[in-house]
Amino acid sequence: MASLRCFLRSGKVFVTVRDALNQAMDEELERDERVFLLGEEVAQYDGAYKVSRGLWKKYGDKRIIDTPITEMGFAGIAVGAAMAGLRPICEFMTFNFSMQAIDQVINSAAKTYYMSAGLQSVPIVFRGPNGSSAGVAAQHSQCFAAWYGHCPGLKVVSPWSAEDARGLLKSAIRDDNPVVFLENELMYGVPFEMSEEVQSKDFLIPIGKAKIERQGNHITLVSHSRMISLCLDAAAVLAKEGIECEVINMRTIRPLDAEAIETSIMKTNHLVTVEGGWPQFGIGAEILARIMEGPAFNYLDAPAVRVTGVDIPMPYAKNLEDNSIPQIKDIIFSVKKTLNV
Amino acid sequence: LLLLLLLKSNISSVVVSARTYADFTPQATFDIKKCDLHKLEEGPPLQAVLSREEGLQYYRTMQTMRRMELKADQLYKQKIIRGFCHLYDGQEACAVGIEAGINLSDHLITAYRAHGYTLTRGGTVREIMAELTGRRGGIAKGKGGSMHMYTKHFYGGNGIVGAQVPLGAGVALACKYLGKNELCVCLYGDGAANQGQIFETYNMASLWKLPCIFICENNKYGMGTSVERAAASTDYYKRGDFIPGLRVDGMDVLCVREATKLAAEHCRSGKGPILMELQTYRYHGHSMSDPGVSYRTRDEIQEVRSKSDPISMLKDRMLSNNMASVEELKEIDVEVRKEIEDAAQFATTDPEPPLDDLCNHIFYNDPPMEVRGTNPWTKLKSVS
Repeated sequence: MASLRCFLRSGKVFVTVRDALNQAMDEELERDERVFLLGEEVAQYDGAYKVSRGLWKKYGDKRIIDTPITEMGFAGIAVGAAMAGLRPICEFMTFNFSMQAIDQVINSAAKTYYMSAGLQSVPIVFRGPNGSSAGVAAQHSQCFAAWYGHCPGLKVVSPWSAEDARGLLKSAIRDDNPVVFLENELMYGVPFEMSEEVQSKDFLIPIGKAKIERQGNHITLVSHSRMISLCLDAAAVLAKEGIECEVINMRTIRPLDAEAIETSIMKTNHLVTVEGGWPQFGIGAEILARIMEGPAFNYLDAPAVRVTGVDIPMPYAKNLEDNSIPQIKDIIFSVKKTLNV
Repeated sequence: LLLLLLLKSNISSVVVSARTYADFTPQATFDIKKCDLHKLEEGPPLQAVLSREEGLQYYRTMQTMRRMELKADQLYKQKIIRGFCHLYDGQEACAVGIEAGINLSDHLITAYRAHGYTLTRGGTVREIMAELTGRRGGIAKGKGGSMHMYTKHFYGGNGIVGAQVPLGAGVALACKYLGKNELCVCLYGDGAANQGQIFETYNMASLWKLPCIFICENNKYGMGTSVERAAASTDYYKRGDFIPGLRVDGMDVLCVREATKLAAEHCRSGKGPILMELQTYRYHGHSMSDPGVSYRTRDEIQEVRSKSDPISMLKDRMLSNNMASVEELKEIDVEVRKEIEDAAQFATTDPEPPLDDLCNHIFYNDPPMEVRGTNPWTKLKSVS
C-alpha cells in the first residue's frame, strides 16, 4: 500500500500515523549510524503492522534485525547494546508482549543510570502498539501507560496524531534515556495534515510538554493517544449546545505536564480526564491526585472526574468490547454531570 | 441382475447398501515412517494397525476440522469473525493423532492455533463457531474469542507465545500430585520453541519427573520467519537436551498416534517428561491478516497439499485397502458439510452476549460485587 500523501497547495501533506513513524525512523537511521531497529518481523516481513516497511530493504541486516519470538531475551540484548554505545529501537509487536520482558525495561534500562550514579546511561527506545484494538480479546488489549508511567528513570510517551508520532519518536530516539513509546494500532492508518515545518528532518516535539488541541472555556478534557479523537468528537457535539471544551493532548505520560493542566483548570474550573486503560491506579488517577495536591485545586468548581475503560479484562464479542472502553457519549455524559447541566 | 439394475438407477446410497459391510476389510496394517530418536532406546513401531471404525472416525474428525477452518476463513472475510483468527488446516493429523493416543481424562494445553484441539477435546463445532462470531452460544459465551476456548481438561487457547508451556507442566504436576495416572500434553510451535520459559519448564519437569508430553508442532514458520532464521538448532526434538525426544511425521495421523502412545506410556510409567516434534504444515498464513505468501512460495504450499495432505493420505490408505468405499467417504463429507453449515447458521444468528454479562466472571466463588464502568456514575454488577 503506497503511503497516503495528498499534496495541498500550501505545502501541507496528509500523512498517516504509520507513515509518520516510518519516516521518523528512516530519517533517524540515516542521521545516526548507531541507531538500529530490532524486533519480531520488523525486517523481512516489513513489520507486523507495516510500520517498518521498506527499512530492511534500505538498511539491511545490520541495522534492521528480525528476532525470534523471545522478548525477554531480545529486550535484554537491546538494553545491553544501548549500554555499550548503540542506540537501539526495540519493537514489541504489542506492549502486551512487553510483560515478558518487563524486568529488562524496568530493572536493566530504567534504573541503571541512577544505580550507577551517572556512569551508565541507557539510550534506548521501546516502541510498539499499546492498548485496545478491535476484537483481539483480553490478552492482547491491555494499556500499559500506567504501569510504565509509574517508574522513575523511564520516559513514557503516547502520541496521538501523525505530527505527534513523528516529532516524539525523533525526540525519543535522540534522547539519551530509556523511552517507552506507546503507539496505537487503530491510529496507524489515520491520516493527518502535516505542515512543511513538521515535515522537516529536524522537527522535534519536546518530551514532557502537552499540547492544547482545542481551546475552550467551560471544561478541561485531558487525554492521550486515540482517546483524543473521541474527546474532539465529543467537544464538537457539546459545542452545539454551547459547551466549549478545552482538549489537552498529554503527548507525554512521564514526565507529566501538570502545569499545562493546571493552567487550563485555572481558566475552566472543571476537569475530566479520558483514558482507554483501567481506572485503578491509572493515568486519570495520577492527574486527579496531582491537581488535588497543587495550586489548581482551589479553582475547581466541581470534583474532577475520570472517564476510563471498564474495570474488566477485555471481552471478545463486539457489543461487549464496545461497552468496555469509553465512547463519545460517556465523555459527553461526564462533562454534563461535572458541569451540572 | 439386481446389482446391475441398482447400479443403473444411479442412487449411490442404494449401491452402498447393496454392498454389505462384511465386504470391507475390518482392519489393516500400514507402514509408518521411522521416527528420529533422541536419548530414546526404542521408538514407536514401524507399523500401525488401523481398524475400519478408527479410520472412519479419524477421517470424519479431520474432515470436520478442515471444513470448520475453511468456513471460519469465509466468515472472517465477510467480517463476521473479527480480531485474530489462526487457522489449523493442514495440521489435522496432529490433533487427531494425539487424541487417539491419549484419553479424554488426560489433559491438554496449546497456544492460539487451537480450534482443532477444542474440537478433539470435546467442544462442538457449533460452540466453536459461535465463539468465533462472538455470540452467547459460544464455548466461552463470546467473551474469549478464537484464542481463548476451553473445555474440560483442555486449558485453551493461549495468546502469549510460550506461556502455555509452564502452564502445561503445572497441570502435569497436579496430575502427579493427585495420583490419578493422568498426564498433560503440552503443545507449542516452532516459533515458541526458542522461548526461555520453555527451557525453564524442561528443567523443572525433568527434575520433578512430571508426566508431561511436550509437543512441538513444527510447521516451519513462526509467523513470517522460517525456522532457519529463528533457531540456531532446528532439531526441535533434541532441544529438550536431557529430555528424551522423537521427531514424527505430523502429516500422518497413524504416525502421530503411535508416537503419542509411546510418549504416554513413557509418562505413565513414571519416567518423567518426553518431547515430540511433529513435522507438519499450515496451508493458511499465520493468521487471517497474513496472506502467507510473502515468506514462502505458492508452489511450496501446493506441493504439500498434493503430496502430503493428511486427509488424502488417510483416504488413499483406506480405499486402497478396501476399508471403505468412495461413496461412504463422500457421504461422510456430505454429513460434515451439513454439520458445518448448521453450525455456521447458528453462529451467525445466535444473539450477542447480553450486556449484563459484561462484568461477570471476574472472580470465582465470590459474592457479587460492583464494578466501575467508564465513568464514576456508572456502577455495573459482577457475579461469579
